[in-house]
Amino acid sequence: MNLTLKVWRQSGPNATGRIETYEAKEIPSEASFLEMLDIVNTGIIEDGGDPIHFDHDCREGICGACSLAINGVPHSKESGITTCQVHMRKFRDGETIWIEPFRARAFPVVKDLMVDRSAFDRIIAAGGYIDVRAGSAPEANSILIGKEDADAAFDAATCIGCGACVAACKNASAMLFVGAKAAHLNILPQGHPEKDKRVLAMVRQMDAEGFGNCTNQYECEAVCPKEISADVISKLNRDYAAAIVREAVAE
Amino acid sequence: MASKASSTPTPNGTLNSAIPEGPLPEKWTQYKAKAKLINPANKRKYSIIVVGSGLAGGAAAATLSELGYQVKCFCYQDSPRRAHSIAAQGGINGAKNYQNDGDSVWRLFYDTIKGGDFRAREANVHRLAEISLQIIDQCVAQGVPFAREYGGALANRSFGGAQVSRTFYARGQTGQQLLIGCYQALEKEIAKGGVKMYTRTEMLDLVVVDGHAKGIVVRDLTTGEITSHAADAVILATGGYGNVFFLSTNAMGCNVTAALRANKRGAYMANPCFTQIHPTCIPVSGDYQSKLTLMSESLRNDGRVWVPKSREDAAKIRSGELKAKDIPEENRDYFLERKYPSFGNLAPRDISSRSAKEACDDGRGVAKTGLGVFLDFSDAIKRLGKDKVEERYGNLFQMYEKIAGEDPYETPMKIYPAVHYTMGGLWVDYNLMSNVPGLHVLGEANFSDHGANRLGASALMQGLADGYFVIPATLPNYLASQKPGTVTTDAPEFKQVEAEVKDRIAQLMNVKGTKSVDSFHRELGMLVWDKCGMARTDAGLKEALAKIPQIREDFWKNVRIPGKAEDTNMELEKAWRVADFIDFAEIMCHDALAREESCGGHFREEYQFTENDEAVKSGCTNPGEAMRRDDEFAYVSAWEFKGPGVPPVLHKEPLVYEAVELSVRSYK
Repeated sequence: MNLTLKVWRQSGPNATGRIETYEAKEIPSEASFLEMLDIVNTGIIEDGGDPIHFDHDCREGICGACSLAINGVPHSKESGITTCQVHMRKFRDGETIWIEPFRARAFPVVKDLMVDRSAFDRIIAAGGYIDVRAGSAPEANSILIGKEDADAAFDAATCIGCGACVAACKNASAMLFVGAKAAHLNILPQGHPEKDKRVLAMVRQMDAEGFGNCTNQYECEAVCPKEISADVISKLNRDYAAAIVREAVAE
Repeated sequence: MASKASSTPTPNGTLNSAIPEGPLPEKWTQYKAKAKLINPANKRKYSIIVVGSGLAGGAAAATLSELGYQVKCFCYQDSPRRAHSIAAQGGINGAKNYQNDGDSVWRLFYDTIKGGDFRAREANVHRLAEISLQIIDQCVAQGVPFAREYGGALANRSFGGAQVSRTFYARGQTGQQLLIGCYQALEKEIAKGGVKMYTRTEMLDLVVVDGHAKGIVVRDLTTGEITSHAADAVILATGGYGNVFFLSTNAMGCNVTAALRANKRGAYMANPCFTQIHPTCIPVSGDYQSKLTLMSESLRNDGRVWVPKSREDAAKIRSGELKAKDIPEENRDYFLERKYPSFGNLAPRDISSRSAKEACDDGRGVAKTGLGVFLDFSDAIKRLGKDKVEERYGNLFQMYEKIAGEDPYETPMKIYPAVHYTMGGLWVDYNLMSNVPGLHVLGEANFSDHGANRLGASALMQGLADGYFVIPATLPNYLASQKPGTVTTDAPEFKQVEAEVKDRIAQLMNVKGTKSVDSFHRELGMLVWDKCGMARTDAGLKEALAKIPQIREDFWKNVRIPGKAEDTNMELEKAWRVADFIDFAEIMCHDALAREESCGGHFREEYQFTENDEAVKSGCTNPGEAMRRDDEFAYVSAWEFKGPGVPPVLHKEPLVYEAVELSVRSYK
């Protein structure tokens, strides 16, 4: 199949970006979207140009590196997949495809389609963990966790930290990301002792990073490749409110 | 003797593995009781470099920081959470015996030794089995959401090469959940100031000062800047070298650079020919393909592997005239169940892969290319219901459907073996220290625990064992002999290595040829897959060894790298890695050529059982199975680098089995 690509090119964080046009010719329909870009890049290199830079690594939907907005939608309009799981059989021959980076104030562009998502790491560092030193753990089956709680914690824990939720949100809010981590750890009994400290620290870090507020549009849920439910946001709001009250009372 | 801090080759040319004395089950306990310690006030004076942030590196960095050391951790990804451990699907072994099915530390140890075809080091493997218990405790405490029973206790499933259920799992995302636990511990230590994290930073060389590993030279992948980092010890946890084959289940960025550079600086490369070809991957479909996707081995719990009995039926399936369901039961060959009745579809990986290859070589493959066999869930769906199958494997079925465009609930999956894991790696002693003092190697990057074949759900176990529990106990043995902070980046050795790195980058940029980096990688990959893949021969390996120098020459004359070195430049990153893969491929083929036996993932066609062998007549094994030659090859091969294009020199560590008896590995 033959396609026309409209691709965001930006040589560095402080450079001015622009959309450039490329022709993608004779693309096999079995190829993945990133393999299609590989083919286009091979052509660019042969013509002496600078290839289109994009983040990618595992190419099986789990590492969270790939981060393209395809035709305006982070990852893909197809639900529940990452960019690397998009296959060309889903496009029509002759189609024009727009490819842009995940855009957000807190995700500055590194080069072309690569963005800096280290804000997410700093949110986890602020409180997205259970503080247990290696060697100090009790026998595993001494902590019994009902299947429902275990499954709910797992559903929240499937987040791959790709940032599609932020890129899809008109406010560039990180509430789905933060809510997912808080829900994963707060639901489990192991996470209870640090529950208040965790949500306060993570939310404050999120605000400091320049992510916007949540206005309940749930675009985040719609694009999440792991289909994490926006219920984690309501849970985060409840946990945060309770923590604020307890913090005020304690003071 | 607890252990020796030094493990330099002994005068007779063999290597000192520093295995503690005493009975096997007590070695690790005794070791810890007598190991050297660093007092808490002194720990903060020592700095440690950890390269890699996967299960081994991330766990080591976090734990060493918890203990008080100053840690610098490096990864090429944009976040430590993206290390390729994340892609492991099926599970992690732990000898908890929660199922009451007869498991024990001893049984996990024995299964691992046997699974590795008696080419792993007993003492390391026993330690691994012991630590497996603590790992599960640690991960649960961190909040890893393992699968559970309704009563709230942890659930288990079975994996290949074992007859007990000892695998803990988090749906098909166990690696992800374990890595996230590890990453969170790492971020916690970063926030506390114990770990300084360098993301998008790649180690390009090792710095050795007065015979000791004291630092690394790295490239900032965003700006292209080259810098040096000094420390009191260096830990490599940089994963395996599966991408030497170009197509593998590894992430695109996985590479052998750190390990190969260490090899060039004096560390020995052990058993590089032991590579694992995983039986259940989605088959290759075309030249454009950039990587292969694994389907978890856990699928073999309920999926049945088969091809048609006749070549005619197979041909009709390939051409689309027949579908899987058109082949009646009596015309199907469930070849694993037929050949290995007691393990059936759960036969170990090397054996299952080779059987699939044999069926396809016999003209009975079912994918369009001829290279594919069925993995069929129709019986499981009948027995358990679609819901139960979906609960167990839903995300894997979905993944398959996305890639292959077929619904595995309706039609069997097609699978074919693909390169997945590498058992070989840098040689280490019991302390996980290489023969270069100060250089420690963890996880897939070392060679020590899986012998010639790794069992499923054991990679995650080893990575975490090495990072959380082994290195914190063994590193002081080295550090205690070192005065902290004595070497800085002002040392001339750093300037020298930095200059060499810059020079090599300039050479790469200056080739200004016409061929893409990928074209060389693909050429190399196809060559080693063909000659040093699932089956190897003396002639084929010699052919590869003649061809690799030609690829190298062509590469350094004709590769094209666009852009600048002082910038984000993905082609330059790939070019450096591919140049190293080319040099590494040579060592791998030398090893495969020198090992004149078949064992585990290393199958030399010249060495297989035939009808005339006693083991076949007695019903212990089948013709065509791998024939080990224990009298001559029960050793670890450790290769010393001697210069580009010069054959490496072989050193041997004899494998002494005190606790298990070497036997023909039978899964019948």
